[in-house]
Amino acid sequence: MKTKLFSYNYENTVIHNLSGLIKFICFLLLTFATMYTYDIRVTLGMLVFSVIILRISRIKFSQIKVMLIYVLIFILINAIFTFFFAPEHGVTLYGTRHPLLKLWGKFSLTQEQLLYQVTLAFKYLSVVPLGIIFLLTTNPSEFASSVSAVGVPYKASFAISLTLRYFPDILRVYNDISQAQQARGLEMSIKAKMKERVKNSLMIIIPLIFSTLERIEVVTNAMDLRGFGKEKRRTWYCKQKPRPADFYALGVSLVVTLAVAAVAAFLNHGRYFNPFI
Amino acid sequence: MVNQQTPIIDFDHFTFQYYSQAEPTLYDINLKIFPGEKILIVGPSGSGKSTLGHCLNGLIPFYYKGSSQGSLKINGVETRDLDIFRLSKILGTVLQDSDGQFVGLTVGEDIAFAMENDCVPYAQMHERVDRVAEMMDIAHVKGLSPYELSGGQKQRTSLAGVLIDDVDILLFDEPLANLDPATGKTAIEIIDDIHKNLGKTVIIIEHRLEDVLHREVDRVIVINDGRIIADMNAHDLVSSDILRQNGIREPLYVTALKYAGVGVTPEMKPGHIWSLDTRGVNEALRSWYRSVVPPPPAPPRPPLLTIDHLSFSYDGVRPTLSDIKFEIREGEMVSIVGKNGAGKSTLAKLMCGFEKEDQGAILYKGENLRGRSIKERAEFIGFVMQNPNQMISKNLIFDEIALGLRLRGVGEQEIKERVEKVLQVCGLAPFIEWPISALSYGQKKRVTIASILVLNPQVLILDEPTAGQDYRHYSEIMEFLREINQAGISVILITHDMHLMLEHTPRAIVLSEGRQIADTHASVVLTDPVTIAAANLKETSLYHLAQLAGIEDGTQFVQHFIDYERVSAQ
Repeated sequence: MKTKLFSYNYENTVIHNLSGLIKFICFLLLTFATMYTYDIRVTLGMLVFSVIILRISRIKFSQIKVMLIYVLIFILINAIFTFFFAPEHGVTLYGTRHPLLKLWGKFSLTQEQLLYQVTLAFKYLSVVPLGIIFLLTTNPSEFASSVSAVGVPYKASFAISLTLRYFPDILRVYNDISQAQQARGLEMSIKAKMKERVKNSLMIIIPLIFSTLERIEVVTNAMDLRGFGKEKRRTWYCKQKPRPADFYALGVSLVVTLAVAAVAAFLNHGRYFNPFI
Repeated sequence: MVNQQTPIIDFDHFTFQYYSQAEPTLYDINLKIFPGEKILIVGPSGSGKSTLGHCLNGLIPFYYKGSSQGSLKINGVETRDLDIFRLSKILGTVLQDSDGQFVGLTVGEDIAFAMENDCVPYAQMHERVDRVAEMMDIAHVKGLSPYELSGGQKQRTSLAGVLIDDVDILLFDEPLANLDPATGKTAIEIIDDIHKNLGKTVIIIEHRLEDVLHREVDRVIVINDGRIIADMNAHDLVSSDILRQNGIREPLYVTALKYAGVGVTPEMKPGHIWSLDTRGVNEALRSWYRSVVPPPPAPPRPPLLTIDHLSFSYDGVRPTLSDIKFEIREGEMVSIVGKNGAGKSTLAKLMCGFEKEDQGAILYKGENLRGRSIKERAEFIGFVMQNPNQMISKNLIFDEIALGLRLRGVGEQEIKERVEKVLQVCGLAPFIEWPISALSYGQKKRVTIASILVLNPQVLILDEPTAGQDYRHYSEIMEFLREINQAGISVILITHDMHLMLEHTPRAIVLSEGRQIADTHASVVLTDPVTIAAANLKETSLYHLAQLAGIEDGTQFVQHFIDYERVSAQ
């Protein structure tokens, strides 16, 4: 089913059964670690690690195909821009210059630039699975209950949960509106000029906002009528007690993060791995 | 059971006015409802019936602000002194949009929502959810998402979420609005069972009178223009002229009786089809049946759109449509019916080019459309979405309708001419300078139809054009579509609306689980048990009437009814 593409779907795996809050903390720790390091060896290790977790969560390739394509396009465009804006950034970073390929004009590819950009691309590539895992394996309600258990006001955590839940719905409505507007002649492909496309996207976004507001009114009424917001606190139907697996997961994430920090501090003496000196 | 001394709900000279309105929406309402009663409140859109419901459940003044005079007591307490939370413990509300009101991710969680807000401890909460789920017969689907349920199970879930509080009064705000006929019938049966078994006071606000009267009610209250017009039992109401005068559709079998020249009286117990006594009038019905002369069949016109052995799957595994084949002829008006998920919308998407067929072909005037883009197809196939708010993106009517032409680079002079012509056709000319936000829902619907018509399509596909519309708006929209149709445009309607099929589309195509199971007369579709079950329809009451009158060929009776209406409309 199309609607299930980006949404939470229960499967009985270790990852699904983790507490939402723990998963969120692990996600933040691992993302931080990946973004911090510029050591290609560490980055590749992180990539392997996140792909393994992806497999454990039994997320099917078909579920994330579309998202992956967008990410790959983004990484590619990003790489091209990085190169053309600062072709010598690698040289500045690593302090040496080993030319590889003479391109044209002032542009030439250096080993330093290549290493820098490849590292960067892999960093993005290994963060993405982590985000996907969090989004697809976290029960929004359980996440809300665990976030509110650590002191976040429940109205705020409930809002997060509703957002996570309605995200797939909004995507579907966006698709429907977009198709209907294309039938009226709206050009959304690359054929249209940038300025036109921004103007045209309003034709989809305005109806989307209005129909979303309509839905919000219905949900708010339904919630008010059943007493939401009456007390200072509330209990949760799908509250989950911390389990040993939660502590193991937190432990693993902490160890990985510390290891990354240790590599930076003791091996590389900084965020960058420099094979050139 | 009914306690005549103390009403559970007591409106006494109650008047209410929204701050945003110049006039009161409810005038001088006097109404007493007693414990254990089952009350139906009917009225057209804008009559004030929803406002009345909001006054009862506390959304007024909690969410919608306004001022009130007079008194409204629930359980003897003035509602002004209560808040929405305390009211929700006495009176539970089931809203019309069952999909929109699910707050929980699973059935169990949704049932528990009110308890979560009451800080009921975890163990007690689970125990009570289990008990109510058991009672409502949804225990086996407790872990599923509400969206995966059947229509009837959804109704049970939203009811369970309200019953968990052990309220005394149940308020149903347009429970049938978004349901197909079969699910609507089930919903009315569920409500009736709850009323009988638990002894709750039940209030149903609805404009689909005949569907609610599938089961017994104690009283029917008619509201129009903010006032109570009638407060009587179903038999008296149906025998009177009140329904017609107030824009509420009378039961179809009553219309048929009137066509047959029968004066409907309360003695015939005409409030429900199952209570109707036709013994005195059977001969009149039979002779009317014999007297109807079917109009001569129209000469067949050339096919415009041909669906040729069409198959499609979203995931390449499970077929969404398989082997669909039919023709739409020039100037035809056809219904496509079927359950949710039967493939109706997908079929429309394929015709518009939003999706590409896996096998088979769609031909327009004999030409295969396979290579044609969405935009190109839109030149001859127009598509109107169900919710007009999902199409409108401009502030002014003129700009909204001109949009498609501007995107095609048509010159301003020609745009002006074409838009003005369409505005005339659609009866929107007086509103040309109006902002769209000032229009009613039905008028917005017209704007979206106009914005497609301006592109001069030869085929118009409409998704549920009459959903959530009262009788007057329904008639307006259908009248309008009929005019367009008579101007030569073929119209395809994706619908659940049995009246629409019966009165406006001679032919219906029925889909079930991606297969085409019928392509025949509407009268056959609405009387054949197999098709009815497969498409979640229900048997039309005309068929029962034929049986009561001893007319053997019920399908033919329905067909004669259709023919009679068509001939007398001309």
